[in-house]
This record gives sequence, structure tokens and C-alpha cells, in this order.
Amino acid sequence: MTSMTQNSATRTMKGLLGEKLGMTQVWDADNRLVPVTVIKAGPCVVTQVRTEGTDGYSAVQIGFGAIDPRKVTQPLSGHFEKAGVTPRRHLVELRTADAGDYEAGQELTAEVFEPGQRIDATGTTKGKGFAGVMKRHGFHGVSASHGAHRNHRKPGSIGGCATPGRVFKGMRMAGRMGGVRQTTQNLTIHAVDAEKGLLLVKGAVPGPRGGIVLLRTAAKGA
Amino acid sequence: MQRFDELDKASMRDDIPDFRAGDTVKVHVKVVEGNRSRVQVFQGVVIRRHGGGVGETFTVRKISFGVGVERTFPLHTPIVEKIEVVTRGDVRRAKLYYLRGLRGKKAKIKEKRETPAN
Repeated sequence: MTSMTQNSATRTMKGLLGEKLGMTQVWDADNRLVPVTVIKAGPCVVTQVRTEGTDGYSAVQIGFGAIDPRKVTQPLSGHFEKAGVTPRRHLVELRTADAGDYEAGQELTAEVFEPGQRIDATGTTKGKGFAGVMKRHGFHGVSASHGAHRNHRKPGSIGGCATPGRVFKGMRMAGRMGGVRQTTQNLTIHAVDAEKGLLLVKGAVPGPRGGIVLLRTAAKGA
Repeated sequence: MQRFDELDKASMRDDIPDFRAGDTVKVHVKVVEGNRSRVQVFQGVVIRRHGGGVGETFTVRKISFGVGVERTFPLHTPIVEKIEVVTRGDVRRAKLYYLRGLRGKKAKIKEKRETPAN
């Protein structure tokens, strides 16, 4: 179970949870080949509506994905029961000004979005394991020749000498890469297949195939 | 190619004749000029087919006024009205880049002799 909170409370946001199926290419109206990510978005259900009066902010909590009801803890199954829906695997909260227009138990499908609309896609990136500075931070490494000795993918200097006598905090070094929550902003919805519940989003979306993605109205831009 | 077979089917054409490198083809291309469109024919030798799926492309080479011209088309592009196979070539490679260095008679491709069906 994941529970995420979003800001931008004053705007009306639309959102959906979905599963990334992978990428392919389609032809657009100008006969150009467009790379798209196929997302099985929804069906999501509204599990709770948060209002200014009771919670201090207005938001919609939506659930997505099937789960064996026996695996759901008692407190959570009570929460789902209150909304009058079967338990779901993933829960997220969407801060939106028009939360009052939703009601618990309401179903949301891919039709929430329309072609041409701008969205932000949030997912968990693919884990890359322990990665060096070239892959992790895009360092240029050290020369392939010119006398470089066993020294090709190293970061080089990480600071001064007796002054400051330490390595600054936040110095970019090798370490665990990927497997973190990431948002790609301002993607365009290329097409909506309401029948199959598919969304074609232009461009790449974070995460592996089968990963859960949260699609929201774009935070930036008109 | 397995995951989105159904989705890709909509983006792919099924009216493409069977052709390979060495074949001479006529490609009928829709050209839009302002608000009217016409069809232009590009005829030449296919020197490669590249990739697979929706993004598959092929390259046609012809000699135009003594200058070699190559044009690469996406196989499934909607701007191609139709592809006509003029002759089948008898070649032993999948990519005929060696044609670029040849001219005149040497750049000619033998026509494939159809083996009688048995």
C-alpha cells in the first residue's frame, strides 16, 4: 500500500493510477511516427473525499489494482468498506480544489483525460544498482589515452587539501542509482482508448513495464 | 512485437508487396504542396530493408541526371500511396551498399530467374 500526498491545493487536478505496459510507435495526423508509452489507466475508484471542514484540505483518495481481500489488514478493509468498494492494492491522494464533486465509490476510467492534454507522470525508476559517477551523474571520466592508467571512469578530484580539510557534503559520488520516485512533466496525451482503458502518452514514462504510474494534470504550463 | 500486436496492427499497413534488397520498385509518394496534393513516383533499386515492426524502413537508390539519389521511406508510412515491384533482382547480400561505389554497367543488378514451381 502506498500513500502519496500532493501539493497545489488550489488548482483542480485530475488524476489516475495505471500500469505501464511498454512503449511503441504510432502515426500522427501529420504522418509522423510518434513514440508513445502505453498505459493501462484505471479503472480507479474514489475511496475517500477529504474536505476543508473535516481534514483541513480538499483532496480525493483513489484506489487502483486488485488485491486478495484476505491480505488486507482489518483497518484498511474497514476503510474500503466505508467507501463501499472492494479492496485495492494502491492508494493515492490527489490534492484538488474540486474534491467536492467526487463521491466515495465513484469509478474513474481513462476517459478522465482527453487527447492533446498535458500531464505529469510519476513512477518509480528502474533500479540500476551501485553505479559509478559516469552513469549516475553524467561525469565525463578520464581520458581513454594520453597516459591515463587504470583511471578511465573515475571522478577525479573530490576537493581541496588542508583547506577545507574535508569533503563537502553532497559531493556527487558513486552509489545506489534508480529505484526512486520520479516525475516526468508536461507529457502530451496522444490518444485515449476508452474501450480498452489504454492511454497513449507521447514520450517516455519512468519505471519498468508493469510498474505503477500516477498520471496527473500538468502542474506547469497552461 | 508481441506486446502490442493489436495496437501496432492499426499503425501497420497490410498492402505492402513482398520485396527485398535488389528489387526495383516504384514508390508512389503523396506530395502536399500548399493545399493540393499529387503523387510522385520514385523508382529505383532497393538497397536495404532495415528494422522491424512499425518502424521498419527501406532505402531506394536511383541515378538521377548522373547523380546518385537515395531516399529512405518508413515501410508503413501513410504518405506512400503504393509500392510497385518492377523487377526482382538476383543479389547475394541483404544490404547493397557496394552499389554506391559502382557506376554504369557494373551497377546493374541481374534479374532473378524464377524457378519453375514443382
